[in-house]
Amino acid sequence: MKRWQFLAPLGLFVVLLGFLAVGLNLNPREVPSPLIGKPAPAFALPRLDDPAQTIRRDDLLGKVWMLNVWASWCVSCREEHPVLVEYTRQHPVLIYGLNYKDTRAAALDWLARFGNPYAASLSDAQGLVGIDFGVYGVPETFIIDKQGIVRMKHTGPVTPQVLRERIEPLLKKLNA
Amino acid sequence: MRNTLVAVALAALALAAGAKEAAPEAADPALEARLVAIATELRCLVCQNQTIADSHADLAVDLRNQVREMLRRGDSDRQIIDYMTARYGDFVLYRPPVKPTTMLLWFGPGLLMAGGLATLVIVLRRRSRMAPEAFEADATEDAKEADAPPAAR
Repeated sequence: MKRWQFLAPLGLFVVLLGFLAVGLNLNPREVPSPLIGKPAPAFALPRLDDPAQTIRRDDLLGKVWMLNVWASWCVSCREEHPVLVEYTRQHPVLIYGLNYKDTRAAALDWLARFGNPYAASLSDAQGLVGIDFGVYGVPETFIIDKQGIVRMKHTGPVTPQVLRERIEPLLKKLNA
Repeated sequence: MRNTLVAVALAALALAAGAKEAAPEAADPALEARLVAIATELRCLVCQNQTIADSHADLAVDLRNQVREMLRRGDSDRQIIDYMTARYGDFVLYRPPVKPTTMLLWFGPGLLMAGGLATLVIVLRRRSRMAPEAFEADATEDAKEADAPPAAR
């Protein structure tokens, strides 16, 4: 017993290392959303391309869809955008855009320049629907199932890896 | 003369414009005080170590406006805090509630402290029971000998 006592500090050090390894690999920007497993917040917003038309949350019940929060002023959105454009070209996936705190002219110009992967974009000029969804860093992406329940949230640009490893399997499961 | 009049008119206009902009802030000092009290309890999610009261991030401004709106409507502090946690989770609270997932956060430091003190007490007690021969002579006595003048040797 006594002979091994000198190893105690080493043991403590290893425990400390373990804590640091886990703690330092956590991303403090990734705040878990309390919305997961709960109904998506209700909204009724004008379409970006046709403000006379309104889209409501309940219009989308019965479909599995993605809500992608974007803005023309958002730098990371530009990085994410081609990934979404490319993905929708190859896969039948329903993505609605939430155009967050943007002006209509700038947003339409952005879509014309970089392509439009969205079934439609909704104008949230005041950012109020954004607050209801707990948006804090654009871009953000939500997946909502046929019952209108939020099943996943991704903060930051969607990458091909995120699409392949998290989004695609979930969409397959929800659509089955 | 005419120039002076124009200048006075412009100054008055500027004052009027300034006053108009400041109006909502100063409208109700009691409400603003409550707003600040609530906002200092809420974390800004964009600049995570600031409160919503301190932060100049767009989102913090929006959330402050939202809180102000709710206060005007007559919502209670509890309702506003619940509104925020429903959207952003316990993470927005600078004082998270005590529940199973936050037990370690609340009591971890106390446990570490208690563990450290217990170890200290055990080690000191064990030492006080040891015979004096178990310890090396004090280093200071050796030092004294070394300091003695060479002539004394």
